[in-house]
Amino acid sequence: MVRFILNENIVETALPPGTVLLDLIRYHQHLMGTKIGCREGDCGACTILVGELKENHLEYQSMTSCLMPLANAAGKHIVTIEGINLPKGLNPVQQALAVSGGTQCGFCTPGFIMSMAGFCLSQKPATTQNAIAAIDGNICRCTGYKSIERAAVKVAELLKDRKKEDPAQFAAEQQILPAYFAGIRQRLFEMHNSNGAPVPVSADPAFFLAGGTDLYVQKHDEIPHASVRFLFDKPELNGIIKKGNKCILGPSVTVTDLKESTIINESFPAFQRYSKLVSSTPIRNMATIAGNFINASPIGDFTIFFLALDARVNFVSQGNPAKAGRTIPLRKLYRGYKILNKEADEFVSQIEFDLPGKNDLFHFEKVSKRTHLDIASVNSAITLSLDGDIIVNAGISAGGVGPIPLFLEKASRFLPGKSVSEELINDLIELIQTEISPISDARGTADYKRLLLRQLIKAHFITLFPKLELTKLVFSA
Amino acid sequence: MSESKKYGNLNPESTPNIDSYTHVRGESVYLDDIPMVSGTLFAAVFDSPIAHGKIKRLDLEEALNMKEVVRIFTAKDVPGVNQIGGIIPDEELLAEHHVYFCGMPIALVVAISEEAAKAALKKIKIEIEPLPVITDPREAKEKGELIIPPRTFNLGDTDNAWPACAIIVEGRSETNGQEHLYIETQGAYAIPLENGGIRIYSSTQGPTAVQRTAARVLGLHMHQLEVDTTRLGGGFGGKEDQATTWGIMCALATYHLKKPVKYSLHRMEDMRMTGKRHPYSADFKIGLDRDLKILAYEATFYQNAGAAADLSPAVMERTLFHCTNSYFVPNVKATAYSCRTHLPPNTAFRGFGGPQGMFVIEAAIAKVAEQLGIPASEIQQKNLLNTGDEFPYGQIADSEANECWNKAVKLYDLSKLRKDIDTFNASNILYKKGMALMPICFGISFTKTFMNQARSLVHVYTDGSVSVSTGAVEMGQGVNTKILQVAAAIFSIDPSLVKINTTNTWRIANTSPSAASATADLNGKATEIACLEILHRIKMVAAEEFKTIPEKIEIIDEWVYAHGEKTAWDWRRLAFETYARRVSLSELAHYTPPGIHYDLKKEKGHPFAYHVYGTAILTVTIDCLRGIYEFDSVKVVHDAGSSMNHMVDMGQCEGGIVQGIGWMTMEEIVYDKEGRLRSNALSTYKVPDIYSVPKQIDIHFLETKKDSLAVFRSKAVGEPPLLYGLGAYFALRNAIKAFNPSADIPYDAPMTPEKVLMALYQKKKLPETALS
Ligand SMILES: Cc1cc2nc3c(=O)[nH]c(=O)nc-3n(C[C@H](O)[C@H](O)[C@H](O)COP(=O)(O)OP(=O)(O)OC[C@H]3O[C@@H](n4cnc5c(N)ncnc54)[C@H](O)[C@@H]3O)c2cc1C
Ligand code: FES
Ligand code: FES
Repeated sequence: MVRFILNENIVETALPPGTVLLDLIRYHQHLMGTKIGCREGDCGACTILVGELKENHLEYQSMTSCLMPLANAAGKHIVTIEGINLPKGLNPVQQALAVSGGTQCGFCTPGFIMSMAGFCLSQKPATTQNAIAAIDGNICRCTGYKSIERAAVKVAELLKDRKKEDPAQFAAEQQILPAYFAGIRQRLFEMHNSNGAPVPVSADPAFFLAGGTDLYVQKHDEIPHASVRFLFDKPELNGIIKKGNKCILGPSVTVTDLKESTIINESFPAFQRYSKLVSSTPIRNMATIAGNFINASPIGDFTIFFLALDARVNFVSQGNPAKAGRTIPLRKLYRGYKILNKEADEFVSQIEFDLPGKNDLFHFEKVSKRTHLDIASVNSAITLSLDGDIIVNAGISAGGVGPIPLFLEKASRFLPGKSVSEELINDLIELIQTEISPISDARGTADYKRLLLRQLIKAHFITLFPKLELTKLVFSA
Repeated sequence: MSESKKYGNLNPESTPNIDSYTHVRGESVYLDDIPMVSGTLFAAVFDSPIAHGKIKRLDLEEALNMKEVVRIFTAKDVPGVNQIGGIIPDEELLAEHHVYFCGMPIALVVAISEEAAKAALKKIKIEIEPLPVITDPREAKEKGELIIPPRTFNLGDTDNAWPACAIIVEGRSETNGQEHLYIETQGAYAIPLENGGIRIYSSTQGPTAVQRTAARVLGLHMHQLEVDTTRLGGGFGGKEDQATTWGIMCALATYHLKKPVKYSLHRMEDMRMTGKRHPYSADFKIGLDRDLKILAYEATFYQNAGAAADLSPAVMERTLFHCTNSYFVPNVKATAYSCRTHLPPNTAFRGFGGPQGMFVIEAAIAKVAEQLGIPASEIQQKNLLNTGDEFPYGQIADSEANECWNKAVKLYDLSKLRKDIDTFNASNILYKKGMALMPICFGISFTKTFMNQARSLVHVYTDGSVSVSTGAVEMGQGVNTKILQVAAAIFSIDPSLVKINTTNTWRIANTSPSAASATADLNGKATEIACLEILHRIKMVAAEEFKTIPEKIEIIDEWVYAHGEKTAWDWRRLAFETYARRVSLSELAHYTPPGIHYDLKKEKGHPFAYHVYGTAILTVTIDCLRGIYEFDSVKVVHDAGSSMNHMVDMGQCEGGIVQGIGWMTMEEIVYDKEGRLRSNALSTYKVPDIYSVPKQIDIHFLETKKDSLAVFRSKAVGEPPLLYGLGAYFALRNAIKAFNPSADIPYDAPMTPEKVLMALYQKKKLPETALS
């Protein structure tokens, strides 16, 4: 049994916990406002809000219900478009979209409304920029988005008087959202106290499932019927902690968790820029870093990110939890295309890496056909430790240029002891060309990927060393 | 009608899309939202994994033995004719002996759940003997694989004109296809009726096409088939002809099983099995005199039609109609081949072949400009159509081309824009800007003349409420809103008293699909006629009551006036009294635009009711390190006639522009050599997201008052704005050239970040050239 609040009502369902929430919403609860455009997380038509108690306060996030298992809804408040409708008339978010002409065929519209409602329920500053960021996972084929941008301006305006109050309270008081939102926090508390273990744990799972954003895309038909170990909502598997210069991530840490972490933002000043290039708001709210590692895509963004940082991965065996885990460097995890140095019953219990210090530089680059909400053609990350002008340690990684996410070992070994110059970079680029083996596919031809990686390596250095002479870099072949 | 009236005018500034209320509340009903009848079964199509081959063996046994599977239908189960070709009967509903494209339907599984139907697909085994696969239209043409004989449009005599030209340029261009990517996938739901009838709910732009074709396949009369469409979650042409297949699939199962059957396609099924915008390859030759006047233009178009005709012949025709875009060229010879390949049959897509034709002449002009080292706009401007100029197909232009161009140049200060770009480019190494002007001209009407007809059925009820039924299908283009505005304005009543009904073949018969941008014109005009007729009759009733003549009766804001004096009757009373006097409150009106004709033998005539013109200025910035880019602005002057609904028309413009830019930039359809679609999901086929649209889109409506045969002089706006997007390709070229002047860039759209980067670094070159 999975129990949660759906809009105003408690729902208890005996459907397999691996069923996607979308199917429960549309075909069991007959709430038809949530639409299906792709079932792959790529269109946002199925966007819902998920409210969760976190240390006493209620936090809402948008998620794509097509990739979300029922298990991950347990004990939470799930909001569909029906749950934000006022009894009569339009709420001001809906009003904003309607008067701006932001709806034509209307099929994408509930998704946009939910994302905007999610913005109204989030703690983020009420800027237009943030309102637009909230809808970065919603695709509209009709409007060309300009009218939706105009609506976003109006929605941000709605929140301008919000001070420190709880966003859900504020939204309920201002009649932005229905009044029942004001009581949800209390109801979730009560629900938590009344039911202990919401989702059964299977002894011999066929799948580990975290956010589901990869697994459902690949194994959509299998999961509802398989035995699954759900990892997303285990408090013991969560959290970002700093120990000295080390940072430890629980495996259920999502991209959004990183994005909102002070530890991360202090150590990676450009982190907001990097993470904007990764999927979309609802996907980032679900996608875990461990899932990215284990999915083993050769272009996983955070795999590339953490390869450069020389992260370590700790595994624990599901069958034998008492057994001490083992830790291996991420750089040793990949043995071939989607072949991992990992037993089937092992799951990631912890990820650990060294935070960049004041003599360390870090940068991440990604280029895809569509700059946002797209998988990279090529991505790359770099860390450099400097002693004055001299590089003492280097780590360079690149995705999309081989069968696995590549740690560029030769290149990383080549740099220490040298000082940065245009010639060095050009030599490095030539060396890297010998380490990669891109193939032509939907994300680009092999030639393009080779050229693109050259460019991204240049981009790393141009960004990190603004004094470099551009012409010597840009125009070198 | 006076302006002070609340109703009785169109209120173009203040009428929102009538569906917006239910849209934003998630209460609008689309195909997959229709409450299901108990006992509904679910269908799924088993389609060919091979692009061309002979079916040797089809083994359904294991699938049939699955618990929840009800039945599996194949070509043998078709009671009528296994044929769905609309223009040419060359496409089977279900492949019998041969398959002609990957994704061609072979069998239809029906099961008691959607999951079971999909699971059964995996248990079907097939053996196909592969035959040679053609994906390239030029190869198809060489092998004589043509859908129809080629057609040629001639004006003047190009052979004689070449010697007079000071410059002649030849070249080749390519435009790739485009996935419609309506967010609502294709689907249908069939329900058995008594006496062997079937109701088909279909997400279609052409309910009559579904009805007609289903009748043929099932061997039924058309009157036994009720096709009903509430609205589409986007169409863009993709559901004009290709929605029919799914409607018939469900109907076929219902026919045999006497059970409701539903099929709502998964996105990947939709992308794999349906056709797209036609890719084109073309050769061009253009000649200009010393003053940059184009004297002659020749073009040969190779249309990649896919495996069957579908709408390709009509699409090809429009390519020819629009081959000279917005320019007057005295000597033209344009030939088009519709080439049969082994791809899913390509189909209508906003612009309907027009954009593909216009791209080629724009490429030709750009090539001349690049050779002469001048901005293409100098050539474009010199050759814009004037009123009185002749199109290659004989129609005489009633042109707004110069008005739009001149207004754009002035309003947006072109010379300043250009100067700013030059300054930017001179002072930046890593970023370069490029600009392009894009004048457009698009003919309004179905080019199949007989399709230019529509009917509207208007009922006034005794409580004064009004219902309107037409053949128009609402798919976001706002046609229902416009039709409602017409009725409310004519009766001078609150728009909330008017209801636009679902599009239904039992209410309105023999309709043309909602396409060709002409839907609001045709159905709006028919509605206007019906409303005026009823208005006339009820005025007679009022005249009799108030002892005057109908001409002295007025209805103002739901009240009856006689001789300018308010009477005791309001609108509702008038409606009731009309009924009480046994006068009809209903009218079925028919409209067909006058004056359009076309002679296929001569390839001359007057095929369009009117043309829509406009000019856009597009500016882009390229990141020369990474090859990615952002559009700074699109500034447009658009010939809207007298816009009937500003919000709707603005939305069509903005949406069309972004869709056009998508086609020219990131939307890349990839088939492999075996004819398998590689860009088969939203993760591999990218359409614009909110961050990739131009930072600024300015649209200025040029209010032109000519009586253009448009409804309330409001010119059609569905397709033309997409054409502005073509400018994106040329702006990108110009930006690349600012970085790498020697780049030899093929005229090959879309200009993906990959192509940009490859062009930026095409040849080793010295820094001096890029910096100068
Ligand atoms: C629309 C969309 C856009 C995307 N965009 C990007 C992008 O821009 N960049 C990018 O890198 N990725 C992208 N992805 C892919 C995906 O979001 C990421 O790879 C994500 O990090 C996966 O995390 P998850 O928690 O959802 O994994 P899941 O789907 O839950 O799991 C993925 C794999 O990891 C395994 N797994 C998960 N947790 C553990 C664990 N603790 N121990 C052992 N195994 C585990 C699962 O068994 C499965 O094999 C996108 C996906 C979608 C749907
Ligand atoms: S249906 Fe497209 S994101 Fe879920
Ligand atoms: S309004 Fe049609 S997809 Fe957005």
